Amino acid sequence: MLAKLPARLCTLALSFLLIAFALPALAGPFEDAVAKFANDDFSDTEEAIGAVASSGNPLAFPIINALQDGRLMADPDSKKVYVTGTDGKSIDATTGQPVASVPDGASAVRLNNRLRRSVDAALGSLTLQSPDLSTRIQAAQSVFKSHEETALEAVDAALAKETNKSARTALGEARAAILLFKSDATEVEKLEAVATLKARGDQDALALLSDTGSDQPASVTKAAASAIGSIQSSLAVWSTVQNAWYGLSLGSVLLLAAIGLAITFGVMGVINMAHGEMVMLGAYTTFVVQEVIRTRYPALFDYSLIIAVPLAFLVSGAIGVLIERSIIRFLYGRPLETLLATWGLSLVLQQAVRTAFGPTNREVGNPSWMSGAFELGQITITYNRLWILCFTLAVFAILLAMLRYTALGLEMRAVTQNRRMAASMGIATSRVDALTFGLGSGIAGIAGVALSQIDNVSPNLGQSYIIDSFMVVVFGGVGNLWGTLVGAFTLGIANKFLEPVAGAVLGKIAILVLIILFIQKRPRGLFALKGRAVEA
Amino acid sequence: MTPHMLTRSLDRGATMFLAIVAACGILIPLSNLLLPAGSFFQVPTYLVALWGKYVCYAILALSIDLIWGYCGILSLGHGAFFALGGYAMGMYLMRQIGTRGVYGNPILPDFMVFLNWQKLPWYWYGFDMFWFAALMVLFVPGLLAFCFGWLAFRSRVTGVYLSIITQAMTYALLLGFFRNDFGFGGNNGLTDFKDILGFNVQAEGTRATLFALSCLALIAGFLICRAIVTSKLGKVLIAIRDAESRTRFLGYRVESYKLFVFTVSACMAGVAGALYVPQVGIINPSEFAPGNSIEAVIWVAVGGRGTLVGAALGAVVVNYAKTFFTSGVLAPYWLFMLGALFILVTLLLPKGIVGTFNSWWEPFKAKRPAETTESAAAEDGVSEPDMAE
Repeated sequence: MLAKLPARLCTLALSFLLIAFALPALAGPFEDAVAKFANDDFSDTEEAIGAVASSGNPLAFPIINALQDGRLMADPDSKKVYVTGTDGKSIDATTGQPVASVPDGASAVRLNNRLRRSVDAALGSLTLQSPDLSTRIQAAQSVFKSHEETALEAVDAALAKETNKSARTALGEARAAILLFKSDATEVEKLEAVATLKARGDQDALALLSDTGSDQPASVTKAAASAIGSIQSSLAVWSTVQNAWYGLSLGSVLLLAAIGLAITFGVMGVINMAHGEMVMLGAYTTFVVQEVIRTRYPALFDYSLIIAVPLAFLVSGAIGVLIERSIIRFLYGRPLETLLATWGLSLVLQQAVRTAFGPTNREVGNPSWMSGAFELGQITITYNRLWILCFTLAVFAILLAMLRYTALGLEMRAVTQNRRMAASMGIATSRVDALTFGLGSGIAGIAGVALSQIDNVSPNLGQSYIIDSFMVVVFGGVGNLWGTLVGAFTLGIANKFLEPVAGAVLGKIAILVLIILFIQKRPRGLFALKGRAVEA
Repeated sequence: MTPHMLTRSLDRGATMFLAIVAACGILIPLSNLLLPAGSFFQVPTYLVALWGKYVCYAILALSIDLIWGYCGILSLGHGAFFALGGYAMGMYLMRQIGTRGVYGNPILPDFMVFLNWQKLPWYWYGFDMFWFAALMVLFVPGLLAFCFGWLAFRSRVTGVYLSIITQAMTYALLLGFFRNDFGFGGNNGLTDFKDILGFNVQAEGTRATLFALSCLALIAGFLICRAIVTSKLGKVLIAIRDAESRTRFLGYRVESYKLFVFTVSACMAGVAGALYVPQVGIINPSEFAPGNSIEAVIWVAVGGRGTLVGAALGAVVVNYAKTFFTSGVLAPYWLFMLGALFILVTLLLPKGIVGTFNSWWEPFKAKRPAETTESAAAEDGVSEPDMAE
């Protein structure tokens, strides 16, 4: 059975025809055939369907399509036939000329079940040769799924005319699917069919091959079995690749959210529960930037994220420095109190954003270069996830380089390793603290820009990441960015591999339990600082 | 608990606290039941239920103060123990509904009938008996705390790390209890209770009794905590709080002490939850939310950690303020206030209300009870070794 084509395509085809065939019609076999629709006789209608479908006339498709939908109107008195479009406008079926109105005496051409089958077959063969490439491929794919023997002729005919490579592949696969189930097909044909399906190698092909009954020749059954095996193993590989990709994608999000936390926690030993809110502020900065661009400079929309990144860094970073100077510096040496104070701060920031922007989700758009997806083998990769992965790695690399090669980085590392010694060497530790906190918060803001592309921008955005970020930092170990990287990707990938087995929520619970158990084994994480830096 | 221990463990503040709680526990139910409605001194039933809720929170705060104030364990997951106790009680109450549910199934609670379950899951067995449910109220949170603490303390997970993994624990439970197939009613939780021990949960008499029982539980909890912290074991706990490594090197098995006090505290939280559920009439997974547990910690901080009385006071004060502000025109600003409370208390009032009051009052007193001196002195040096330098 052919899937009913979207009305959109019909109208498209119709308008195409109207332009190309505004020629005066001459009475011929096509016109005679069309006139038969007006006889209101089932056998005449059947003849008409066959004649119209094989006429090669561009009006054939709209006529048969209208017949299927009950939109083909015939006037028994004048023997005129009209096609009423889905938009209510009518054309003369023989000439394609628009008509003002269908005569009152006209009624829809009636069908019975037998005729419906011929209509479907006729429509199938007509769409297989449709001028629109995607329609052709779609038609071939629906033949592939239904693999009705009646469609074989139409497929062969279409295959003979087809020049497009992907359409040819689709038609070949449709043909193979039909032949595989055709009882009188030769063994050679069937073996070829199995090979074609094996080359297709997806879930549908697997289903077809598994359906081949026992009445097949032995060689075909054997070939099908081996094809099933090879498809299954390749599918298993692809599903592993897919899980790994999802895992990398989740890991990049986790890394982005946790990396700022790793800095503040690692260097300063400060637990910043308001870290998630810095991410949220970054996301809202993106929203504001996009709003301004939408209303003032719509042409710049594709650059909105690039503009938002430094702004988000500055906004979150400045607020971070402010927080450090006004609250956190009074609480050094009291990590548990810091935790409570920053939690309170997160409540305040959330409520402030809720008051300013409203409690509902805000719309942040994807620029054109971030929307869409591409196929890689059997998996689909969306551009936004891919960009976020690249972006995360870039941020990580920049941060790493900054810590290694800049003066501030050197000072930060010195303070991490031994605060008092660093102070004795003339490093202004309190300035380093403020800048470190600002840096960590700023990176959280950048993370917010990226996360605004894949998550809802709401005042609760940060809260959904805070526990995961802490897990990453604790798992990876404090004071080591590589630990955070490994931790984030390990958790991301583990999560995505557990999900198909245990389900999303149970998978997440399992991860949390595993981390709790892991902490028992290595209380300081994967990459723990050693020596005196670790508190006694 | 010998009478000697009892008297020794009570200073004047503690006695006053106990007297007030006992008076409330007797007078409020009596005034609610005996005085005519509308009388000036009559406490309306809704207020009894509301204050009953506060008393349950006070018990939870007390349990947090026991571990945080005296042993330096900041648990951000105590709401989980509270909720588990609540669920144990809720399961009992669900079984009591019997055929009065919407679907009238004598065995299965409504949500299970709704989900097309054929028979009761094994973990629901026994909850039709009150004694079993009461035992589970203590046992389930206690067991979880014991297992969790055994793993955590033995491998010396301390400070913020412990706080974070306790938070992860309650978060994991939150996710789990939200699931329908967990068998605890999914995100609707357990509600629509009818009877407790044959008494209608909605009735005034039951509410008043529950309030009195909550006060009794608060008194009992307070006495237990007081006995623990004033005993020799309590001194070791304070030593662990102030200098864990030093205590370990002196030969004490730090993890055993911590494990004991953590488990006791979890059981107390469970009792608080169990008393909370019949008075509020519902228990659902949002009780596991990490935010709730952190909020409970701030009650303790407001009242004054390491004072016990302060914890209970803080719970009542903060929750009274919450009720007051969230019901009026100031509702949108409540979170600002709560957030500011977190910040200001940690910055400006690190000893909390009671701790600050004590340090003002002490110079005027000629003689101070010995243990107050120690805990106040220790208070100043709190968590010094936590600084990662």
